[in-house]
Amino acid sequence: MTTSGIGAVVFYALMALTIAGGAIVAFSRNIVRSAFALLATFMGVAGMYAMLSADFVAIVQLMVYVGGILILILFAVMLTSHISEVSVSNKSMGVFSSAVMAFAIACILIYTAVTVAWPGHITPAQPTTAGIGNALLSDYVLPFELISVLLFAALLGGVTLAHGGPKNKKAPEAEDSNGEAK
Amino acid sequence: MIIGLPHYLVVSGILLALGLFTISTRRNAVAMLMGVELILNAGILNLVAFSRFNPNPVGGQVFGIFGIVLAASEAVVALAIVLQLYRAFRSVDASESAEMKE
Repeated sequence: MTTSGIGAVVFYALMALTIAGGAIVAFSRNIVRSAFALLATFMGVAGMYAMLSADFVAIVQLMVYVGGILILILFAVMLTSHISEVSVSNKSMGVFSSAVMAFAIACILIYTAVTVAWPGHITPAQPTTAGIGNALLSDYVLPFELISVLLFAALLGGVTLAHGGPKNKKAPEAEDSNGEAK
Repeated sequence: MIIGLPHYLVVSGILLALGLFTISTRRNAVAMLMGVELILNAGILNLVAFSRFNPNPVGGQVFGIFGIVLAASEAVVALAIVLQLYRAFRSVDASESAEMKE
């Protein structure tokens, strides 16, 4: 979107929110802080979708990422980490070589993004929800059906794994009862 | 100052680098998953940004939505695995649980 003035201010605010959140996720020593910084990143990216006149994608981002994935990640953090021990919860290793690699990749990507003359075909901003609905049921009906199968498989897999699986279902209970009996 | 496609690509590139850094340095499996989410967000931002500067903006956004759905199902399965890992090893440290058996 070729915006100027107030649009540029909003874009830079969203960019600061997104990158600050990502930086806290990457560098914070406290995993709970990382999880909440992920919220800032998701909100910033949703705002960028809105600026790109992708209104439906922005709402889906808010509902699925902020309302679903972030809550799941927070649950996992609270359930698994010894969150009171801050120094143990979010250990890092190989920081220097990873930083060099990430910095090199960021430099290559930014150089490419800035120097290549991208085709700038600008159409006036329009709501795209109706177009997405039509496309999902006409051009993209096969991926749409496949993704519903994938969602069902992920649902079953998640429930089966988290429940302990059909074979292991009895084993922990037996161990627990043995432990209690002894 | 005009905001065009390169601005979004720069944001996406920085997000991808931060996610890569998170994945390669963290030892906590949940934190590595956060890095994966950062990288997926960078990719979807690329899709949506390119679709804005295309004559037909719908295709890129449809695949952005597919990407979001894939990220959601990936997060569900990965977190279920992490919970099982924690149940087996009492730890979510990815380098401590290197063996497949208990």
